Amino acid sequence: MYQKDGESYFIVDAHVALWDARPENQRNIHGKQFIDCFYDYHANLSPASEKWPYEEYLYQGGERFIKDIFTDGYVDHAIFQPAHLGEFYKTGFGQTEEAFALTQENPGRLTYNHNFDPRNGEAGLDQLRADAERFNLKGVKLYTAEWHGDSRGYKLNDPWTYRYFELCRELGIRNIHVHKGPTIRPLDRDAFDVADVDHAATDFTDLNFIVEHVGLPRLEDFCWIATQEPNVHGGLAVAMPFIHTRPRYFAQIMGELIYWIGEDRIQFSSDYALWTPRWLIEAFVDFQIPEDMTEYAPITIEQKRKILGLNAAKMYDIPVPVELQLPSADETATGPRQPERADLAAV
Amino acid sequence: MGTTTMPAAVAATLHWEAVTPEPLTEGDVLRALDSVIDPELDEPITDLGFVRSVTLTGASVEVHLRLPTSFCAPNFAYLMASDAKDVLTALRNVGVVTVELDDHHDSDIINSGLAADAGYKGTFLHEAESDLDELRATFQRKAHTAAMERSLTAFLRARPELAETAVANVVLGDLPDDSAKAALLKRRATIGLSTVDSASVLVDDSGSPYPAASVALALRRARSTRISIDGNAHFCRGLLATRYPGSEVDQLPRTEENFLPLSSVIRTHRRKIA
Repeated sequence: MYQKDGESYFIVDAHVALWDARPENQRNIHGKQFIDCFYDYHANLSPASEKWPYEEYLYQGGERFIKDIFTDGYVDHAIFQPAHLGEFYKTGFGQTEEAFALTQENPGRLTYNHNFDPRNGEAGLDQLRADAERFNLKGVKLYTAEWHGDSRGYKLNDPWTYRYFELCRELGIRNIHVHKGPTIRPLDRDAFDVADVDHAATDFTDLNFIVEHVGLPRLEDFCWIATQEPNVHGGLAVAMPFIHTRPRYFAQIMGELIYWIGEDRIQFSSDYALWTPRWLIEAFVDFQIPEDMTEYAPITIEQKRKILGLNAAKMYDIPVPVELQLPSADETATGPRQPERADLAAV
Repeated sequence: MGTTTMPAAVAATLHWEAVTPEPLTEGDVLRALDSVIDPELDEPITDLGFVRSVTLTGASVEVHLRLPTSFCAPNFAYLMASDAKDVLTALRNVGVVTVELDDHHDSDIINSGLAADAGYKGTFLHEAESDLDELRATFQRKAHTAAMERSLTAFLRARPELAETAVANVVLGDLPDDSAKAALLKRRATIGLSTVDSASVLVDDSGSPYPAASVALALRRARSTRISIDGNAHFCRGLLATRYPGSEVDQLPRTEENFLPLSSVIRTHRRKIA
């Protein structure tokens, strides 16, 4: 819970990880390249006071996680979204056992989502059944740029991925978090293409598709798809820290999202341990669209409360104190929201 | 004047040029690389600071490229590196051309492919289905969309009395002769659209204007494309500077930052926050 100026904000951090990228867990040079890339994101977008030394960034462990997320971070509930990256790290990047143990030790405060890889075929389907039972899965995190043998990526509309979605439906796994990394297959196409989300969301209308990074670096393609598909949502992982380094760009991202998909389908996340939630939450509550950006309406406190926690809480049935709940906006299911906000329309 | 009457010094110079050409300079190399564009960011790799080093040894040239992360999309990385090799190979007086991409997860694959002139399919083997023409075209269309939005937004900003939907009637001849228009014309030509004064500015990728009811949405959608490209360009610059300290001095600032804020030219009615 975060409180400021008499307002209370129920916080759900919808994308966190417990990773191990220490050299002893790196399988090859790509393990180092991957964490170095993350560290450059961290170093480039963090305020100086929040920047960690490289050594600390490689691994945090449960104790530090609890402190950063709950003790210091105002978070009421956090959702693990582990990336496997088995080709880069010996025990994987996301630490399944450690994260799940932490989830069990902190009932009501953590949700453990797991992942699957459709290229694991029938055996993977069996594994997903076992994982769903063991972890009581409500959601999965899919990284379409995952390397797997001689394949370096897959699409959400591949036939085998559909087999997995059908099983998700059967097992009650309703929330599909999609990280569009630089997917190499097919190499001829845009590596960040989100068109496959469109196909999957159309064919599985009873599943939620939460596109992490709100489709960045393809914000425009994401917005266009999400505005047409009521079951496509946007996760703010990676987009959040622009609030510090490039607040005008962050304002444009938020303005575009609220225009195209509305206030009920945007979820806050710190993307821990890429960044820590405390400063992001403080900055977001203080944030306002700059007055000269007249193409966007100001963000309201209610919109901030939904984005910071209520939207993800609703998706995951996380109990929220009655006095902090808000009704959904009475908005169109598809198409741009509140078109009077469109640039210059108010002139 | 016959050659027999040519002054001896001039004749000597001509003769010298014919057998001993002007040596290639670093400036020649960088000017050639100015024409290599990052398709995703729609900017020359030289402005982005992606050229790490240029080494001349006699007529031979070796260029190293660097990117903001190890995990930048390898298809774009390959396009830039192979375009760089092509423009350098086309230089007059050049000897052996070596282009290498440093510190990328696919550096080995790409550099071997470039050294062997293996082409896209020869470089990526089973991962390459046909070619990268459609990928390049996709981003040329996006670059046009963004340039179109920049011109029209500037046009609206300069004419506060105009409604947003009035952009439907704007033709190329209405735009001021500034850098935004020059950029738009160049990008129209790239994707095969007309550049005559009477051509509509707000058009789809095939050059067709939008029906009146779709004009506002089309402009709005174009804006999201422009914001996305601008945002990526800034982030990639920042990441390069973080990854390679000092590289920021090789980067030219992106011009879009100079845009006037909307409020300076238009009246608006903003909602009150309850």
